[in-house]
Parts: sequence; structure tokens; C-alpha cells
Amino acid sequence: MRILIANSSPDPIYEQIVRQVKTQIIAGELAEGELLPSIRKLAQDLQISVITSKRAYDELEAEGFIDTVAGKGTFVAAQNAEFLREKRMKVVEEKLAAAVGEAQLMGMEYGQLAEMLRLLCEEAS
Amino acid sequence: MTPDDAIEVTGLSKRFKGFALKDVSFRLPRGYIGGLIGPNGAGKTTIIKIIMNLVRPDAGAVKVFGLDHRAHEVEVKSRIGFVYDVPGFWGDISLNAHRRALGRFYPRWNDAVFDRLASEFELPVNKHFKALSHGMQTKFALVMALSHDADLLIMDEPTAGLDPLFRRDLLQRLSTLLQDERKSVLFSTHITSDLARVADFITLIRKGEVALSLPKDELLDRWAVARGDAAMLGRIDPAILRGSRRRAFGVEALVSDVNALRRAIGPEAVVDKATLDDVMVLMTAGDAHAA
Repeated sequence: MRILIANSSPDPIYEQIVRQVKTQIIAGELAEGELLPSIRKLAQDLQISVITSKRAYDELEAEGFIDTVAGKGTFVAAQNAEFLREKRMKVVEEKLAAAVGEAQLMGMEYGQLAEMLRLLCEEAS
Repeated sequence: MTPDDAIEVTGLSKRFKGFALKDVSFRLPRGYIGGLIGPNGAGKTTIIKIIMNLVRPDAGAVKVFGLDHRAHEVEVKSRIGFVYDVPGFWGDISLNAHRRALGRFYPRWNDAVFDRLASEFELPVNKHFKALSHGMQTKFALVMALSHDADLLIMDEPTAGLDPLFRRDLLQRLSTLLQDERKSVLFSTHITSDLARVADFITLIRKGEVALSLPKDELLDRWAVARGDAAMLGRIDPAILRGSRRRAFGVEALVSDVNALRRAIGPEAVVDKATLDDVMVLMTAGDAHAA
């Protein structure tokens, strides 16, 4: 697991952790069943408060990315293929939504945006 | 109180000539780091001295590990490691002699830990205490506190007069200590950057009173500083306005809800996340010593 905290970021530290762990699980860099550092170890390594690391793990657990087994530790949760696909779709959706937001800010029409997307897809394939 | 509090302070009052503590209450749950911040003279040291039973309060109660700190003084103190600003050791006695004299008072004293830390900190164990620099004296106090496996470390301005390298090292040691979730740390400081990352709870003392006491994340994630023109102040809901001051080119305001702030003020104001320094400075703005 690799986590980089930016003090200057407007995002709270726990959100930065959640986002980076999720990204690594979705990308397959963190494999199912992999043992993660304990809440207190994570706090020590990142030099952050225990409350912050606990909150990050609570959030990841609530979203089904990690499992905590009492007395054993915290592990990357089993991700079924469909669930993972859905999460990846969600990432695409979020990025498209951001692009739509940018486009609307500068007054781009749907047709222009669709054309741009078509060209990008053709280029990539 | 829950048995899981390392420290619970309730309604402490103490009147001195020209200074008074008023109804000070806060708690530190077991397993966490708590920070007492505030300007010099706000009362941080007095509060710590009362917890250590070195000063008797006029009113109020202190419980440590759920025990009354006076009725169970011996047990409570044997489980506390205490580091304070001006360490109270004997000047004409060597560090090693301190170890022999003081170690026997602690049931869980560990010579091996003392030796390891003394060598890591490069302490001259055969020198007299008074021959040490201020930084070295603080390091020695820390070694003594860590060598008896204390469940609670109480430190009054431990980082004052220490270089940044050792301050980092100290903070790292605190979070190492907390790997054992029964251990807790309370430390006072006016160097708030030391606390900004590792502390779990923050208590701000202002003129002998608790100005706020809450989880640090709540403070740093939700509080903000807005800078704008004088008219901006009028648009901020008084319920979230926690402090302000006039600057040469505008106004600075501290608010406890960044989202409500963004809704209330226009785009011409600049909004930043609040730092502990901002909180301390803006909440004590207007006090005589903070002017």
C-alpha cells in the first residue's frame, strides 16, 4: 500500500487515504486478501492522528473495500467481478460528469461534446 | 465518566493573584494523544500541575485512569511519565545516579529501556544533571518518563527549546508508544505545528478557561478562515463566527463551518482551511497578551 498525504490539499486527510486505497484496490495493485497495516500502525507511519486513520478504515469498510477480522487484522475484501466492474463504471461516470461540468461552464453544446467523445474513442481504439 | 478515560478533569477552579482558572473541564480517552494549546500565561501549566497534584485547586475534581488523583496518588503517579518545561532533577547528581535513586519507585521500571534510550539520545549518563544543555535535560526527562512503562505521558511544553530534528523524533516516539492502545499522552505546547498532525483531541485554553475542546479532525476539516472586506463580517452567521480581527487591508474571520461560510459570503472573500495557529490567534485576538 502506498499513501501520500498532502498537507496543502483542501481535502481532509482521511479522504485522501480513502481515495488512494480505493484506487489501488480497483486497479488491482492491492490484491484480495492482502493484509493492511493496523489503524495505529498507519497513524504512526503517516504521522497522523489515530482518529484520522480509524475514520479512513471505517469508511473503506462501510463501502465494502476492506474487512476487519477481530484479532487478525484488516484485509482487502473479496471483490466480485460484477461489483468491481460497477465500481470502475462509477469512476468513469464521475470523470465524465466532471468533463460535462467543464463543458457547460464554457457553453459547449451536447453535439460538440458527443463529437469530441466519439473522436477520443476512435483514437483510443 | 467512562472507565476508558485516561484523564477526566471536571470544574477546576483556582484563584491566584492576578490570574484565575475558571471551571476547566475536559477529558482524554485512553489510547489517544491530547493537546493543550493556548498563549503563554493562559493556564496550561497550572492545569497540568493540578493534575499532577503539585497545585491544589479551590474547586473541581481530577480523575486519572478513573481514580481520584489525590486519594490514589501513589498508584496514579507510578503509572504517569511526567516531563515538564523545567525538569526538576538534582543538579549535582549524575544521570546514572538519578536512575538508581528514582527507578526503585516505579514497579515497572526497566533498566534496559533506560540504557537503550540514553544511548539513542546520546545522553552523557555520568555527567551531573546541571552540566546538561536545556535540550539534553528535556531528553533526559523523557528517557526517565519512558523507562517505567508509563500508561500516561504528561508533558508540559516538551518541545520548547528543542531543534526540529528532535521534535520530529519525539512525535514519532509518541505514536510508537500509542501502538499499545492502553497508552495515552497529554501535552501542552504553544508550538501548534507539533500537534497539528499527531494529536487526536485539542483543548484550547484562553485566560484560564476552556475556549474549546474537541477532536482535532473536526476542527481542521470543518473550521476555516475567511479573508475579505469589513462588510463580509456582517454576512457571517454569528452562530459560526468564532473570532475575527482587523488587518491593514481587510478582515480575517474564523468560522466553525466552512460549508455554511461558503454559502453566506460572496466569491470576493478568500477561504482557507483553519490551522491550529489560526484557531489560537483568532480566538484569543483582543486579549492583552495576544495583541
